[in-house]
Amino acid sequence: MLENAFTGTKRYYGLLAILAGLFALGFFFYLKQLTTGLGITGMGRDVSWGFYIAQFTYLVGVAASAVMVVLPYYLHNYKAFGRVTILGEFLAVSAVIMCVTFVMVDMGRPDRVLNVFKYPTPNSVMFWDIIVLNVYLLLNILIGWNVLECERHDVPPPGWVKFLIYVSIPWAISIHTVTAFLYAGLPGRGYWLTAIMAPRFLSSAFAAGPSLLVLLCLLVRKYTRFDPGRDQIQSLAKIVTYATLINVFFFFCEVFTVFYSQIPDHLMHFQYLFWGVDGFGRLVPFMWFSIIGMTIAALLLVNPKFRRDETTLAALCGMVIITTWIDKGLGLMTGGFVPNPLEKITEYWPTVPEALIALGVWALGFLILTILYKVAVSIKEEVRA
Amino acid sequence: MEDKYQNEFGGFAEKPKVPKKFYDLKYILLGLAIFFGLVISPILPNLGKIVAAPSPKLDTPAIQKLAEKERQCVMPTPYMRANHMQMLIDWREAVVRNGNREFINPEGKKFTVSLSNTCMECHSNKTQFCDQCHNFVAVTPNCWGCHLDKEQKVAQGGAK
Amino acid sequence: MGIDRRDFIKLAGLSTLLGLGGNSALELLRPGQVAAALEAKPEALTAKRWAMVVDMRQLDEQTAQKCSAACHQVHNVPDFGNPIDPAMKISDAEKVRWEIKWIWTAPYDNAFPGDEQEYMDEKVKDLKFLLLCNHCDNPPCVRVCPTKATFRREDGIVMMDMHRCIGCRFCMAACPFSARSFNWKDPRPYIKKEFPDYPTREIGVVEKCTFCNERLAKGLMPACVVASQGALAFGDLSDPKSKVRELLGSTFTIRRKPFLGTNPQVYYIV
Repeated sequence: MLENAFTGTKRYYGLLAILAGLFALGFFFYLKQLTTGLGITGMGRDVSWGFYIAQFTYLVGVAASAVMVVLPYYLHNYKAFGRVTILGEFLAVSAVIMCVTFVMVDMGRPDRVLNVFKYPTPNSVMFWDIIVLNVYLLLNILIGWNVLECERHDVPPPGWVKFLIYVSIPWAISIHTVTAFLYAGLPGRGYWLTAIMAPRFLSSAFAAGPSLLVLLCLLVRKYTRFDPGRDQIQSLAKIVTYATLINVFFFFCEVFTVFYSQIPDHLMHFQYLFWGVDGFGRLVPFMWFSIIGMTIAALLLVNPKFRRDETTLAALCGMVIITTWIDKGLGLMTGGFVPNPLEKITEYWPTVPEALIALGVWALGFLILTILYKVAVSIKEEVRA
Repeated sequence: MEDKYQNEFGGFAEKPKVPKKFYDLKYILLGLAIFFGLVISPILPNLGKIVAAPSPKLDTPAIQKLAEKERQCVMPTPYMRANHMQMLIDWREAVVRNGNREFINPEGKKFTVSLSNTCMECHSNKTQFCDQCHNFVAVTPNCWGCHLDKEQKVAQGGAK
Repeated sequence: MGIDRRDFIKLAGLSTLLGLGGNSALELLRPGQVAAALEAKPEALTAKRWAMVVDMRQLDEQTAQKCSAACHQVHNVPDFGNPIDPAMKISDAEKVRWEIKWIWTAPYDNAFPGDEQEYMDEKVKDLKFLLLCNHCDNPPCVRVCPTKATFRREDGIVMMDMHRCIGCRFCMAACPFSARSFNWKDPRPYIKKEFPDYPTREIGVVEKCTFCNERLAKGLMPACVVASQGALAFGDLSDPKSKVRELLGSTFTIRRKPFLGTNPQVYYIV
């Protein structure tokens, strides 16, 4: 099946070349980071996790969102999604690879990473996070590949694949819950110490992931002979709508608890993010854009008119992706670390090498996604021919 | 033996009759030659050269101060030659994780468990001792990124 | 050759297992196992629960700086404001980011955030409190470390194993007291006077105060305690006759963020 990835249009090869180039650029800067240290980034003693871990958090959400197409099809026999489950699963594979790469890039001593397996520590959430992520990657590769191959040969998938699919559904929820637990159990970080962290993560995941999938489906329809289907895209749009609404609601729940109780430990992080404290307010415009944009996108998506018109749908999905990314990919880390536990403010902004390394990892993910989608789409085109 | 071509899905058409021909032989041989060249490339620069056997020097001031009889490492030399790597790792576990800093060798002699403060006290000539064998077998133990070897310190002191 | 794929894979797998197993069997039976022992030094200071009492009534800023300097000196903690080669000077922002500090001073409203009052004693408000790792009884940093590179010893010290640390910085996120530092850059160019009896660190590992466990093992008190000229008391909480128990029993002490339940073991007399 992989042979389909080696034949394509000039545009396909062009895309692969650009992505490979960006990856090479990121890799070059990563080598620099390996020799001179993580000081090449904007992180520091006070903000010790930054852009890399933020991207990891966002992408775990995107990976988990594959469950949103798998669940209706396999558990509730929603036949229409049969066309797009493979796209969801391959998106999950690509997203998890990006997650794992972002974690590796953020490690101070990547040469010692296997210590986690040499000295297993079940009380550490990170230990479980590494396990669940890698198993999820394996699950999606096995499931996606086998189901696609069976579709090509027009046979039903074997029993063990069905079993793995049923396992992957709660597993998808678990990967993002475990990632949320990385943050939600730390006593010194008021911004993160909330029970609603995992639900917030899941709601923003189910908003961002299917949005990305909608955009990818529209691109696939435009540039290939495989049409994921109008109804399928509409169903995904409905999922995006409700998830975004819930995400905005969860945010307002947080805001209420924090601002009504007036407890400084929790309040000061929101104050820093949305109003700035002592003149420090680098993220203020971004956070307002994120929450206002997300609310507007959610409210507009409610109206079926905007969902049915695929141009406005694409625009609104793009808006959801951008606003959830700002919330998780920029606001989450900085909000947790600023002000620091001594109530001092050290601001954070990614440096150029840091941003280029991150871009390189994103490029790697999209490179893998392009190749996997090429294989999937070629098979689908072949089957329908 | 029939010419019927069978696979796991059942019988297929008869095996196609393709003439036996070695396609692209020139390129295959070229590729193999390049690959072979790459494989032996580490050996080529050293062909014919004679690299002296490593000769670690034991004539540091600290060792010279000891009487002839007492010039033994924490363990007998043959043991140290074969096992100092594992011993250092065991020492590391003992000190950092168990808090045990005294080593009693089979003869009952006591030593403080420390690379820089015990081993390097006597063997204060890292480049003439440790590096001799390490360079010969091309290993780079990563102790020295953190642990200070007394030799360097002396050199730094002189330079400053 | 009549072997089919299945049997070949079975044979290969079995051979691999035997090969690996055979090697370890050889290791176990190999001669050269000697009867040597690794023990604690007889002069080592031991305790069931080490703790420290900082008497801020006796600790002025100058002495506090001396404590900090003593600790950083004997542990080769780099000073990023003072490079060996002046060409490696860094900006103020970078200095704040890359700073490594095991013990340092901070005013009251940073040491005890949320506790400050508007009309409190000015003297206390401006007092420079000596802050360090609290070696908590219930440490969140130990809970989150995925490799047990940071672990709690039997005697209460929260240790750092620099050899095992993978630099994930989860412990830094978990510590509610900002007591941990990370090596963002190579520290050696910023260590003007190397202390030869203690290692430096490499890039990519976390470090923090270890209650001078290497000095305790030799029968010495921690460097900051020695430099404090009596302002810092260090001893065993389980020994009713120790200085720390005496102080705790007779004077009112406060701790940093006790409501978080980490059970910090550095007490402050204000």
